[in-house]
Parts: sequence; C-alpha cells; structure tokens
Amino acid sequence: MAKPTDLVQGTLDLLILRTLAIQPMHGWGIARRIRQVSKEVLQVHQGALYPALHRLEQQGWIRAKWGESENNRRAKYYSLTPDGAKYLRQEQAQWKRLSSAIGLVLEMSS
Amino acid sequence: MRWYYKLPLRLRSLFLKDRAELDLSDEIQFHLQNQIDEFVVQGMNPQEARRAARQSLGGVEQVKEECRDMRRTNLIENFLQDVRFGFRMLRRSSGFTALTILCLTLGIGANAAVFSWVEGILLRPYPLVSHQERLVTLTGTAGDERDEMSWPDLLDVERSCTLCETLFVSKITGATLSIGERAQVMTGSIVSANYFDAIGVHPILGRGFEPDEDTGRNAHPLVVISYHLWQTLFKGDPEIVGKTQRFDNVVHTIIGVAPEGFYGTFVGRSMEYWVPASMLEVFDGGSDKLEDRRARWAEAYVRLKPGVTRNQAQQEISAIATRLEAAYPATNRGRGIKVWPLWQTPFNHAGHLLPTFEIMVVVTMFVLLIVCANVGNLLLVRSFARGHEMTVRLALGAGPGRLLRQLVTEGLLLSACGAAGGMLLAYWCRHALVLLFPGDVMYLPGQIDSRVLGLSAAICLVVTLAVGLVPAFQTRHLALADTLKTGMSTVLGARGRAWFRSSLVILQVTLSFILLVGGTLLMQSLRKIRTADPGFTTTRVFDTWVPLVAAGYDALRARTFQDELIQRVRALPGVEAAAYARAVPLGYGSFSSTPIAVDGYEPPPNEQPTAEFNEVSPNYFATLGIPLLSGREFTRADDENAARVAIVNQTMIARYWRGQNPIGQRLQVKGNWVQVVGVVKDSKYYSMDEAPRPFFYVPLQQYFSIEPDIHIRTTQPLQTVQTALIREVRALDPNLAVYEMITLQEQVDRSTSHELVAVALVALFGGLALLLASIGLYGVMSCTVSQSTRELGLRMALGAGTSNVLRLVLLRGLLLTTTGMIIGIALALLLTRLLGNLLYQVSPRDPLAFAAAFAVMTLASVTACFLPAWRATRIDPIRALRAE
Repeated sequence: MAKPTDLVQGTLDLLILRTLAIQPMHGWGIARRIRQVSKEVLQVHQGALYPALHRLEQQGWIRAKWGESENNRRAKYYSLTPDGAKYLRQEQAQWKRLSSAIGLVLEMSS
Repeated sequence: MRWYYKLPLRLRSLFLKDRAELDLSDEIQFHLQNQIDEFVVQGMNPQEARRAARQSLGGVEQVKEECRDMRRTNLIENFLQDVRFGFRMLRRSSGFTALTILCLTLGIGANAAVFSWVEGILLRPYPLVSHQERLVTLTGTAGDERDEMSWPDLLDVERSCTLCETLFVSKITGATLSIGERAQVMTGSIVSANYFDAIGVHPILGRGFEPDEDTGRNAHPLVVISYHLWQTLFKGDPEIVGKTQRFDNVVHTIIGVAPEGFYGTFVGRSMEYWVPASMLEVFDGGSDKLEDRRARWAEAYVRLKPGVTRNQAQQEISAIATRLEAAYPATNRGRGIKVWPLWQTPFNHAGHLLPTFEIMVVVTMFVLLIVCANVGNLLLVRSFARGHEMTVRLALGAGPGRLLRQLVTEGLLLSACGAAGGMLLAYWCRHALVLLFPGDVMYLPGQIDSRVLGLSAAICLVVTLAVGLVPAFQTRHLALADTLKTGMSTVLGARGRAWFRSSLVILQVTLSFILLVGGTLLMQSLRKIRTADPGFTTTRVFDTWVPLVAAGYDALRARTFQDELIQRVRALPGVEAAAYARAVPLGYGSFSSTPIAVDGYEPPPNEQPTAEFNEVSPNYFATLGIPLLSGREFTRADDENAARVAIVNQTMIARYWRGQNPIGQRLQVKGNWVQVVGVVKDSKYYSMDEAPRPFFYVPLQQYFSIEPDIHIRTTQPLQTVQTALIREVRALDPNLAVYEMITLQEQVDRSTSHELVAVALVALFGGLALLLASIGLYGVMSCTVSQSTRELGLRMALGAGTSNVLRLVLLRGLLLTTTGMIIGIALALLLTRLLGNLLYQVSPRDPLAFAAAFAVMTLASVTACFLPAWRATRIDPIRALRAE
C-alpha cells in the first residue's frame, strides 16, 4: 500500500465539513471517518485537525456542543451551521469543477 | 462570518478563559483516550499505547497553542498579558518608574495647563455663553489707530449687517455700591438690552432686559446681579427680584440674578452686575452718549451666522463703515470698523495675553520634547539592563513584533500614568495665572473641556510611541549570539550604539539652551521695563481716591471737600507735596481726549489732530517729580474765572510748534482756545513701552472732575500715610471711605503684569528644561561610565591617574553639551525673533543673554557630569579587569 497521501492544503476544511454534513461528530470520530471513507488513503494528521476545528468554529461554519460519546465519555460534538452548509455546497461545486478539469488534462496526455 | 456566532465565542475565550482552557484540555484528552484504546485493541501494552498516542498527535501543548491561536483572541490577551507584565516590570524598578512618570507628568501637565489656559482665556473665554466659536469683536479705527465705537454707529451696523446673527454691546465699568455704612467699588458691565438673549444666558431669577430698555436717557435704572453678588451681598435672598440697590448713588431695581458660573464677557475680570446702556451717564459720565456719534465708548461683540468667515464679515462691515463715512462726514471721516477674533480682542486681557500664550505653546512643546528625549533615554538605559531578558525571549521564539508590542505597552503604561498626573497638575494650575497679577483682582481661569482632554490624549499617544519605540529601535540591533555572551562592555564614546543616546542628550541640551536664552531675554526685558524711567517719581508717591458720588456729593460739595482735604494732607508730617489729577498715569482708566487746533499749524488734509490730556491741580508736577522745562506750573489763581491755560509736553512742541518755544501760543481744546503757560518733560502715560506721544495738562479747577485721584509725595511709609489720610477724610465727613492706596511703582508693576506672566512662565519652564537636561546628561554619563568599566580599569592599570580619568569623562560630557549648545545658538538666533513683541529695548540677539545661558548650561552640565566622573575614578582596576 502506498504511503498515505498528504492532504492538499485547504482540503482539510472541506473534508471536515463534508463529514459533519452527515451527522454531528467529535474530533476523534471525524479523523476516523475521513480515514475509513477514503479507504485509508487520506490520513488526517491529528495535530492539524484540532486547530482546523477551532478555526472553523471561529468562522461560524460549525458549532460545538458537549455530549456523551458511544463509549460513555464526555466528548465535544461539532455540527454544521446553516452558514457552514452553504459554504460546503459552494466549495464542493468548486472542487468538482477543479478536479474534473485536472482529470481532463491528465486524460489528454495519456 | 456572522457576528452572532463570533461574538459569544470571542467573549467566552476572553472572559471565561479558564473554562475555555479546560474545554480544550478535555477535548484533546478525549482524543488521546480513544487513540490509546485503539492501540490497546491492536495489541500494544497500555504504556506503549499512551506514548504512541501522544506521538501521533504530535505534541499536546503544541496542538493546544495552535488551537488558541485559531481563536485569535491573542491580540487582546497578549495586550493584557503585556500590561500585567509591564506593571510588574515597572513595579520592580520603582525608582526608574517614579522618575519617568514624574518627567511625563511635568511634560504632559505643562502642555495640558497651557492648553486649558488657551481654551479658557482665548478660545472659549465666556462660560455658559453659546456658540463662542462664531463670536467676534468690533472696534473702530481712525487711520492706523484703534478707537472705541459710538452707539449710533453700532446701531447702524446692527441694522444693515446681513452676515451677523446678532450684535451686542458690553462695556466694563465700575460703580460704588453703598450697602448700609460701607461703600464698595465693584466691576460690572454696561450692556445693550439684547445682551442676555444674544449670549443665550438666562437669569435664574427674574428676567433679562426688555428690547427698549437700552433707550432713553437714564430711563431704566434696572440691574441684573451676578450669582456671586446675590450669594454674598444679598445672602441668597429668594425675594431679591424687585428690591433696590444704590449704584453710584442712583437707585436701581434688581430685576434678575444671573446663573452660577456666568462671569460676563470680559477676559480678565468677573462681572458682578449688568446695567442697560440707557444708564450710561450714571456709570460712565458725560451726557447723551447714546445719540452722539462723536462719543466713542462701546465695546461690541458680533455672532456671525453659521458658515460666515471673519473675512466675509470684515468686508461687509467695512462697506457699512464706508457708507457711514459718506453719510456723516463730520464725525466719521477717516474712520473704519475692524473685526477681531475673540482671542485678539484688544479691549480686554485676551489681546495682551495672546503673545505670551503663543510663546507658551512653543515653550511647552519644547519641554515635552525634552521630556520625551529624557524618558526615551531612561528607557534605553534600562533596555540595556534588560538586554539579556530580551535576548532570552527572542531565543525562546518571541517574534520581534511581539517584543515591540511589549515595549510599546510599557510606554503606554508610563505615558498613561504621566497623562493622568498631568491632567491633575493642569487642574490644580487652572487658576494659577491669577497669582502672577499681584494686587489686581483678576479672573483668568483655565478650562479643561473635551477639546483639552482630546489634545492631551493625543500628546499622550505620541509620547507613548516616542518612548516605546526608542528602546525598540535599539533592540532591533540585538544580535542574539553577541548579547547572550553577556559581555556588553563599551569604550568611552567609541561605540556606535552610544550615538543614539548621545543625540538625545544633545537634543535636550539644544532645546533647554534655547529656552534659557528666551527666559534670559524676557527677564532682561522685564528688568528694563520695570526700572525704565517713566518720567515721574514712583517710589515715594502714593495714589488713591475718595468715592464721593456714592456718598451723595454734588459738584459744589465735592469742590469744597477737595479743597479742605488737600490742605489737611499738605499739613501732614512728612508730606512734601500733594495734588489731584483726574487720571493716574499707567492706570486702567483713560485720559480725556480732544480734537485740537494749534495756531500756525496747518494739519495735512483728511487729518484731524487729536491729543490726550489730564486735568491736574496746582503742585501736580512737583508732586510727581515731572520736571518743568520752561514757563510755570498751574496755581490756585488758574480757576474757573481766570483765562484758560494749558501746559504741554516736549513731543507736543516738536510736532505742533516745530520745537519753537510755545509759551504764550494758543491751543484749541474741546472748541475753546487756551493759552500755553508751561512746558514739561515727556513721561509715560498709558504703558511703559509706548512711544513718546503728544500730551498736555489743563487745570482741574477749569475742567472739574468730581472724583479725581489724590497723589501724595511723602517721606513716610505707605501704611502711616493711609491711616493719616483716612483720619483726615473721616474728620471732614465720617461717612466717607478711602479707596486702596498704592505707590506709583505698584502702578507701574501692575501695568507690566503681562510681561511678568511671560517671564515667570518662560523662566519656570526654562528651569524645568535645564533640570531635565541635566538629569538626562547625568543618566547617559553614568551609564557610559558603568559600561566602560573595563576600559577605564585598563587605562588606570596602565597608569592613568585620577585627574586623567576625571578629565576623560568630563570632557566627554562637555563635548555633548557644547555640541548641543552650538546647535542651540544657531536655532536661538532664528527663534528668539518670535519674542519680538514681548521684548522691551532688548535685542533678540542680545549677546549678554546668550552668554548667560551658555554659562548656566555649562555649569549645569559640569555638575551633572561630575558625579559619574568621580565614580569613574573610584573604579578598582583589578576588579574591573577580573570581572570579565
């Protein structure tokens, strides 16, 4: 298996928001979910996750609430705000456009 | 980015900091726990799992710090942290802090005090009066000379001026109030009927004047009294309105009480009462001045309409004056009207104090600069002591910006304390100006309002930057490796880093030198003006007067009383001569003025020669010691039945008789021809610095005045004479009082109070500047010596004696001072010209003043350098060398 790919700068926010769009989640869960969904290809550097969460909270795209985790621990759950949902839609569309454009370029050369 | 998300978060991280910290900790802890669980499941033992979990997170504290950064409260948090840290640093070096804050307090306080004076005396001089920013004053002009204005002219201006919102008249006057047995002279204003409405001040009891109450000769004996008068004289009587009070023996009805804190509209005095212009004759003498365009007495104010500039107003009012000239050539030919800003008002103290304040603003700015340089230097010296701390912080990863913020915060703390102290100082000093006018009842309040506070805050900010950035500038050069090695030894005057501090000292020396020169020049000028020969004897001649009008005397009774009194006074022991005169030279009251004609003198076209004169009794010249050059003095024979006569001064002869002997020639005074019988020497009439002016005297018996001044020339002390005079007056009429008795020297001194103010203030600040500069020099030299211990030790080890070391350090200090003084001389030569108007017979480039300032400065700097130099000689060479 190849070495996990480093996250492209700025895409971490997108991944977090996308993950939270499904259901509110705590930091550990977000990291795990991203790893699982991306089939272990994308490994979120744990050290980068929490500052990103705090930044997104400050920006008003997500908000935090304390709750019980599945293993009965006190955990901080993040959920998407309406603003965050809007931002996610924009960014998703942007990403799709970008990746399909890059895809096209790569197809051409092969 | 909605504020309603952000604001609670920000506030939370700021004020619930502990809570937020706890949350952050819990969150990370939760993550670690889960990770550990996972690793354990994967088969690690718990200890390994714990380590691995931490490793995978990449440093718990680092992550936390990054999270805090993301919360972006750092700016405020850092600031609070800096403030706390700053306070600790300042408290730790309390001596330094106290000295710095003292310097800043003096600097900011001096500025705030001068601002508050400028505000309270020049810009917003009249408390409670609305829209002072649009007020201007009017005076008449005759050729180049200033003159008062006549009532009919003012009415015409008021009628036809479209740019004026309102015009009102307020003329200072004095009157004797008889209260039971006592009689007291009080200052008040003669005003137009619209006065209180125009200034927007409404009496708290009763009413102001009705529109027609300034018309009709003596028709409206009404008075509005001040709050102060109401409280003191009438003991706050709530039924005061409608009661009566005698003013100059005329019964007036009190119709109102002015609000507390309203002092009238005259810079320098607070008014006790206001009477309508219809009562002018009672207060100002003369008759029918309200109808006569020749009678110029009024002092007028105009409030311009919003947006109208003074220039526009001047143009319109000049046009009105031209129309008046055409309409009334007999009275108004060659006369104009001038519009003055409030702060140049020539008929009150504003105009006199303006040049002093202009100088003061410059001087206090100098002092502030010196203070900044001084405090900057102190901070620098300390920043060396803190060099190690700064380097450690840099090494631990504090950015230069962070250090800069720290230093600026400390500067802010210092200047904020200084500003607070300064405002207190200004508040205490707001009435201090009056102290410089001894014996005069002056009212010159400073005013601390939002504008003064704003300016002071701005100064505080500039000072913060100046004193905060100076050490920051220095830390920029901190090379980590160098300074961590702690060896910070310099060679006397050789290293580059010292240049900055040295130039600060040079700046201080330069500025204080300029202040010293200015102070010395003003002092010389004051000494000259006070010791100048006024043309009459000042020390042994006393002046006073007896209020007769208030006691109900008419002209006939007054004449008898005057005759009897002067004979009794002449018989007093020690009295050499005594005389009456209508006006005292250099007094506030004015001399009589008249258009004159002279036999054989043809005036140029469009010019009506006028001259001023005094009405004096026999023996006047002998009493005042004014030399009679030819002819004779007035005698008792020159009474109302005899031929009219006059005595003229030298300037009068030079101008109208081309220097020929005028005795026997004729002079026309107020339309009557009089014969010149004598010539006296010129003397001073209005002010000590006036140019010689034509002046003449007429006999008091022919031009009677009911309340003349009495001058007494005696060998006795003032107290004795006063007591004797009161006894003689009481013997003639027990109901009479005697006004305050002063020497003519006191009169001279009072007339030069404005010069005294300038001298006192400049001398005060000059001394302060000298002190600050000496402290600065001392600080720098001490620091230099302590930093060059090694070099000095080496020199001494190699055989330099005490005197060599002493000379080395002293010369280094004197080099700085001399450089500063040379620059100071150059600048002072340019700047002292600003003093021009304040200097009397002293050249702004007077070498004596420069030499004196040079000597004082040198002495001060030698004193300041001596202690560090002496300390340098005490250095033990062995210890100094071993210390490395």
